[in-house]
Amino acid sequence: MRFMMIVKATTDSEAGVMPSQELLDAMLRYNEELAKAGVLLAADGLQPSSGGIRISYPEPGGKPKVVDGPFTEAKEIIAGYTLIEVKSREEAIEWAMRMPDPHGGGQGEIELRQIFDPEELSSDEEKQKKIKGQFSL
Amino acid sequence: MRFSDTGRTIDAIWRIESPKLIAGLTRMVRDVGLAEDLAQDALVIALERWPESGIPDNPGAWLMTTAKRRAIDLMRRNKIRDRKYEELTRSAELYTEEDMDPQLDGEIGDDLLRLIFMTCHPVLSQDARVALTLRLLCGLTTEEIARSFLAAEATIAQRIVRAKRTLSAKKVPFEVPVGEELKERMAAVLEVIYLMFNEGYSATAGENWVRPLLCQEALRLGRMLAEIAPLESEVHGLVALMEIQSSRLKTRVGADGEPILLMDQNRGKWDQLLIRRGLSALDRCRQLGQPFGPYALQAAIAACHAKATSPDETDWVRIAALYEALSRVMPSPVVELNRAVAISMAFGPAYGLQIVDELNKETSLSAYHLLPSVRGDLLYKLNRFEEARLEFERAASLTKNIRERDLLLARASECLNKK
Repeated sequence: MRFMMIVKATTDSEAGVMPSQELLDAMLRYNEELAKAGVLLAADGLQPSSGGIRISYPEPGGKPKVVDGPFTEAKEIIAGYTLIEVKSREEAIEWAMRMPDPHGGGQGEIELRQIFDPEELSSDEEKQKKIKGQFSL
Repeated sequence: MRFSDTGRTIDAIWRIESPKLIAGLTRMVRDVGLAEDLAQDALVIALERWPESGIPDNPGAWLMTTAKRRAIDLMRRNKIRDRKYEELTRSAELYTEEDMDPQLDGEIGDDLLRLIFMTCHPVLSQDARVALTLRLLCGLTTEEIARSFLAAEATIAQRIVRAKRTLSAKKVPFEVPVGEELKERMAAVLEVIYLMFNEGYSATAGENWVRPLLCQEALRLGRMLAEIAPLESEVHGLVALMEIQSSRLKTRVGADGEPILLMDQNRGKWDQLLIRRGLSALDRCRQLGQPFGPYALQAAIAACHAKATSPDETDWVRIAALYEALSRVMPSPVVELNRAVAISMAFGPAYGLQIVDELNKETSLSAYHLLPSVRGDLLYKLNRFEEARLEFERAASLTKNIRERDLLLARASECLNKK
């Protein structure tokens, strides 16, 4: 099963302040540890939201509304993600607990979320049951 | 207690830490069975203490310290006062939390590499290598291994015990081989991993077409090996092959469990992340500048399919050339059969049939269901339906996979309708 560890933005990351060398090294080591355990699928850092856009659909069926960044509320913004493949939720939690504080200074926050299997997105319940039986570990 | 049951958290920690733990302990005590016992003793102590004391900040280091202490106690009790004991005491004194320091990662990687060379050692049978590797390097329980091989738990348990005994009795050293031996032994390691993958990818018997746990474990081992043995070109080749094959894992089976062949799969559902990972593993392999070995060539073939957005766009000429290269480094009738398929796709079924007819004389393939299956397909394309039907029926009688047999019988009856 796949999980995404989402690193939330902070005032510094949003201001484009690079993390300290120490933190960068710690993150690099952590990613290496994930890779050496064979669980790392992908990891990326995102640029500040000032260069991003938000597309929203305030009217059901209506046209999208596009807003340029930066966005407020740093904690609702994503600064990076790490995708891992593990055998259990507990294993994912254990790895997430080992990630270094992504920011220091009291604002670091990591969110761990499980990724849907494509089959789980099917609305056909019968089909889902069948597939679950087939693929359950 | 963390966010879930402590017992399950300890299981997860075991899965993450046990390979490193067992590898490090094997280096100390030079016996993989004893190393595993010590690691498990430490786990038992953790199971007793952690629910009350909480899980330590560095559980790996805690387990390692505890296991090393157990090792010393054991030796004291047995009044073994040899050099090994001295060594053990010394390393235990030197041992601090820093043992898990990432700076020592290189060393941990080396220990893991030594361990995998041990569990895939040629003194063991192929089955024993697979079971022991799953147990010691993937941290799977005997029950999980048994389930993935549809075998009885007792059978697997016994297989593992015997394997550890054999390693001990034959005094298999805990080391990374060098020179020519390294090449051979690395091939043996890769073979075990690929065997594991294939066992999961295409179950040879039973109802289930795909058993994902084995594929995932093989992939995990491959990815691990690519990090700890980065200069081995074929390791990247094998990883590339497994990543790309895994990208199709979920499109290989229909909702009713029926197999879906490559050309009929919904390419939109192929896992693009795994394809990208596969292609970049193949790049890493290429960058090492060595001639492609059998895994890299197979990965390059898989990459041709992965890059084609529709079956029509498949570069069959390139695939035929890659099979040609593969038949030179790994001559086998099975490769030849695949080359026949590629040639028929590139230049027409009649050309493929010529190769297949040559293969038909090969007695080693007489029980191989894919030969009549391919021959049937080529005959079908040449509108020779009656001959095609007979071949599909023969193929159906040879396969052990129920799903595959259904598919072949369906193709046979399709031929009847065409007449």
